[in-house]
Amino acid sequence: MIEFTFWDIVRNLLFATRWTVALSLAAFVGGTIVGVVILILRISTHDWARRFGKGYIALFQGTPLLMQLFLIFFGMPMLGFRIEPWTAAVLCLTFYASAYLAEIWRSGVEALPAGQWDAGRSLGLHRVQELRLIILPQAFSITRAPIVGFLVQLIKATALTSIIGFDELLRTSNAINNATFEPFKVYGLVAVIFFVLCFPLTQYARMLEARQTAH
Amino acid sequence: MSYSLDFGWLYDALWAIARGASMTVLLIAVTTVFGTLISIVLAAGRRSKIPLLRQAITAYVELIRNTPFLVQLFFIYFGLPSLGIRLDPIAAAILAMTLNMAAYTTEIVGAGLDAVPTGQKEAALALGLRPRQVFVKIVLPQALQIIFPALTSQVVIMMLESAVVSQISVSELTYEGDMLQARTFRAFETYFIITLVYLALSIGLRRLLVGVGRATLPAGVS
Repeated sequence: MIEFTFWDIVRNLLFATRWTVALSLAAFVGGTIVGVVILILRISTHDWARRFGKGYIALFQGTPLLMQLFLIFFGMPMLGFRIEPWTAAVLCLTFYASAYLAEIWRSGVEALPAGQWDAGRSLGLHRVQELRLIILPQAFSITRAPIVGFLVQLIKATALTSIIGFDELLRTSNAINNATFEPFKVYGLVAVIFFVLCFPLTQYARMLEARQTAH
Repeated sequence: MSYSLDFGWLYDALWAIARGASMTVLLIAVTTVFGTLISIVLAAGRRSKIPLLRQAITAYVELIRNTPFLVQLFFIYFGLPSLGIRLDPIAAAILAMTLNMAAYTTEIVGAGLDAVPTGQKEAALALGLRPRQVFVKIVLPQALQIIFPALTSQVVIMMLESAVVSQISVSELTYEGDMLQARTFRAFETYFIITLVYLALSIGLRRLLVGVGRATLPAGVS
């Protein structure tokens, strides 16, 4: 049996943390790209597009993330794709994030006064220009606090990918725990690492929110 | 590669799915009751005049909100026995869910308490009610009315999050799904059905809570 000192445990956990961070970033970037598409569908003037956007968001917000992970992990091979835990994790968290981000941005779009749309139209802007130049920049900027708040939720959500076998922080800690039989220490440390990742973001979101209400 | 979907196993599995779903409903029902009650106490405590109490509650709320639920669950189920606290899976799941939910609802209830105009409290005190009566009879009902929609969302989120307690072998909906797919080798179809059940549960739970809110709280609940 290998002996683990306290520092061995910490070092291994910190090493695994980079996968948690990488997955969070990949899902956030992917979620932003897909989320903008969903947002545009959700606020489209076409009925079918709006309904699709609404259904997409309702589906991802109304089912457990764990089930979404399982469906992608077990479903993709049926379509003939070999899928690694990393790919499944990124893909799934991207879709998951896109639904939440689109919904947050939609609330931002709806918070804008109707005059913004009227002004755009009276300037003779095309709908795409209107969205790109007037509506979306404002919607993005007023929703910065909830977006940072969602990033915290996303980082915490990466822990679930340990269940489909992605070697992030929690899965590594399960392995260390199986070798050391010190669950109190190991899971305590994991909680501390997640806290260190998330707490500054939570505070930042709070600061953004305070700044927003001060205006 | 051709693959044909097969739902032939479903008829025999209905009972297991129903059993799992009722365990999920039971977990969330218990969690909602305890979580809400605890969060009312904590939200009130966070507005008390004792700094140590306020700081302790804030620390608890921040700790829970900034760590994943799955880690909290593992810490309680695997970690606490080294302190001599050994819980069976269902008790550990309920404890973890309640602690998690209470942290979120403490913020929600607190926001509701802050939203009740201070004139309400002053008027009640002027009428000679004792401070506790003022809180229970005047401030709290109005706060609950304000936060009811947010509370409803939190309950649904917690219900969806409870899927991970299958990892400590609590036989709820996801766990029954795991067992079924291990027997039928139809992982995709199994989890597809389980996902639909979750979707139905979350829609049903939201409807139920909104209905209860309409029936018991004064106007203004959507």
